Amino acid sequence: MSTSAGAEPSSAPNRGWRLRAPAGTLTRSLGLVALAGVIFLAASEGLGSYEDLQLASGAYYFVALAGLTVLTGLSGQISLGHGALMAVGAYTFTLLVGDEHWALIPALAAAVLVSALVGALVGSAATRLRGPYLAGATLALAVGLPALADKYTGTFGGANGLTINPPTPPSWLGQSFPLERWEAWIAGAGALVVVFLMHNLAHGGVGRAFRAVRDDEIASSLCGLHVGRVQTLAFVISAACAGLGGGLLAVVLQLAAPGAFGLGLSLSLLTAIVLGGLGSQLGAIWGAGVLVLLPGWTDSIAHSFSLSTQVSANLPLAIYGLVLIVAMLAWPTGIQGALRRIIAAARRSLVHGGHSDEGIVPSSPGEL
Amino acid sequence: MTTDRHKARAMGIAGALVAALAVAGCGSSSSSNAPGVTATSITFGTHQPLTGPAAPGYSEIAPASQAFFDYLNAQGGIYGRKIHLVIKNDEYNPTQTVSVVHELVLKDNVFGIFEGLGTPTHTKVVGFLNSSKVPDMFVASGCACWDDGTTQPETFGWQPNYTIEGKILGQYIKQHFAGKKVGVFYQDDDFGTGGLAGIKDELPASSIVSTQPYQPGVTNVAPQITALKAAGAEVLVDFTVPIYTALGQLTSFTLGYKPQLVVSNVGIDPITVGGLLKTFSKGKAGTELIEGAITDGYLPSSSDESNPWIALFKKIHDQYDASAPFDGNVEYGMANAYTLAQALQLAGKDLTRQKLIDAVNEKGAQLNGPGLVPYRYSTSDHGGYAGVEMGQVRSGKIVLFGGPLVTEPTASSPITAYTTAQPAPPASGVSVP
Repeated sequence: MSTSAGAEPSSAPNRGWRLRAPAGTLTRSLGLVALAGVIFLAASEGLGSYEDLQLASGAYYFVALAGLTVLTGLSGQISLGHGALMAVGAYTFTLLVGDEHWALIPALAAAVLVSALVGALVGSAATRLRGPYLAGATLALAVGLPALADKYTGTFGGANGLTINPPTPPSWLGQSFPLERWEAWIAGAGALVVVFLMHNLAHGGVGRAFRAVRDDEIASSLCGLHVGRVQTLAFVISAACAGLGGGLLAVVLQLAAPGAFGLGLSLSLLTAIVLGGLGSQLGAIWGAGVLVLLPGWTDSIAHSFSLSTQVSANLPLAIYGLVLIVAMLAWPTGIQGALRRIIAAARRSLVHGGHSDEGIVPSSPGEL
Repeated sequence: MTTDRHKARAMGIAGALVAALAVAGCGSSSSSNAPGVTATSITFGTHQPLTGPAAPGYSEIAPASQAFFDYLNAQGGIYGRKIHLVIKNDEYNPTQTVSVVHELVLKDNVFGIFEGLGTPTHTKVVGFLNSSKVPDMFVASGCACWDDGTTQPETFGWQPNYTIEGKILGQYIKQHFAGKKVGVFYQDDDFGTGGLAGIKDELPASSIVSTQPYQPGVTNVAPQITALKAAGAEVLVDFTVPIYTALGQLTSFTLGYKPQLVVSNVGIDPITVGGLLKTFSKGKAGTELIEGAITDGYLPSSSDESNPWIALFKKIHDQYDASAPFDGNVEYGMANAYTLAQALQLAGKDLTRQKLIDAVNEKGAQLNGPGLVPYRYSTSDHGGYAGVEMGQVRSGKIVLFGGPLVTEPTASSPITAYTTAQPAPPASGVSVP
């Protein structure tokens, strides 16, 4: 997966202020998608049903995280409300599939569209807010939106939630094709689309505009960028990703219930991108891994001591918190940042006196 | 040059991954035919609210079942197999339920799910368990959703269906509080609506003046209680989990609203509700707020120490589960565990998943134990206990009276007395039904 690390300035000459991505980026992101697709297919084939399900959850978390990392890492806005935007996607998908009997792909597209609309509303308000105020406004979204399910129980089913039938694997895959693998494939396909789009976006003009606005709003408006529009666009894109993530979650769990989209989800999405490494797609992959695997690990750690049920039931959350604190102290740039440092150090020691690879830091001047 | 190098490296990585995973895949495909059972052990899994809104009281249930299995295992288990229970916390959150049950079945390879707790939670995994042919034994919920043996052959209920309970409570209200205005405070899911349906079967529609739902997870029930008070309900029926019985009573107390309380057996355990009232009011209130409440039971009252089943459960509790208070939840967990042990006994020595299902389908009506009423099990009906006995909270304890009553969960079926006496508990292990 080191292809993105190879984005050396020399391979793409004549980079200017163009809105279109350089030609090399497109082929590179297609290659990236193909490679990721092969790995994903191979993984889902080789794994058992439960691991396939974990792969599927990793994929839908990644989709949401990839959007959030664009918002926070590239455009510099914070959102504590992405869990709620996932809820918008999940409920849209469940309502369309359950009540209206839509097919999978149109329903997912609708989930993306509806959550992008909600994102546009929130985003246009968000451009007027900064720092803690923006966090506060998006926090209100995370708290308020799932409560709508309780308010309109007729439509949203209250705490009980809405259920749909599981997706049926197509017949050409054979009778014994496991449902979990099919779910993993659907979620994985969504993740690949997002990898492709976000990789192009981050390395194209839009990504540059995001970074410019993040680093200096005044300078970028002097360059002719409309700061408010750029920030709203970032919000819409990340909301669309969150919506797709939510829709895929509903595919995998066959359920949309407010309990899944509480404040806890929004906060863990944010911690996952920070822990994974802010602003990069690989960081989002690590973050998704953390979200899927860490709860199980903390759970088994908690149960390895023979404690009373009262204590061991609450311990996983405490361990989770501890892991986060330790990780942030040890690797302030997240897992991806730590890996970059290790790889860079290894290269330096291999190539004696060799220059450090500037191209591996996405916000380096070389890319602007 | 660079592209070639990348391509080569990518192919290398992909190739290595495929090879590694193919090897891993071969290893995991050779699973045995009967997961979760060996010559010396049977492993069941369960999803329980160990934390979250339903945890108070209910978190004691599965550890109590485990305590009963520990007691059985110390005597050699069932056909030499020791029963293990893997308890997973789903926080009473349906999404968590889906993921922990998948984990239990696909990763931990349990033989079956036992005593999965909750209506909004367990309804989300019934489809998965039935399509995967995993026995789903004795769900800890009285939803009518478990009764259908035709479309859900793997799922069995255990406690009385909420509609049966609602009918019997409704009949009592009709006979003893005739002409009074009735209000219903209920959980907004199949639990509450099932109970409400039973009440409506028995009471004339004109006497029910207000029905107020709540969502599990909310912390303020003042709007509902205010509406019930405003409607002038003189009898208040609660289809609530313990925390909302307590919240409702505290709110009624602050509003100066004192209706005759009638509570479903799932929401009235005096030790649990009394403890919650004490916590919420910072020690100012306790069981006196539920004193005189009408309720029902299908097991002997946990405070009735003269009952030999309670004496047995108390002994097991003191030995294996002493950190929990001995209350109705602990009794529930042990009684349900007894039922599972008896069903395993019926299924025979050569245990398979299908044999366990067949045993309960064919001979489930013969199962007996601490229950005051018979089971409804048959191939088509997977509902559990067929009725309840009326009861009342007196001096902070549930006292049952009037004898057990049984009925079916349909509007037309009559409520009749059940007179067969409860069997005595076996000296050790479980008795063969």
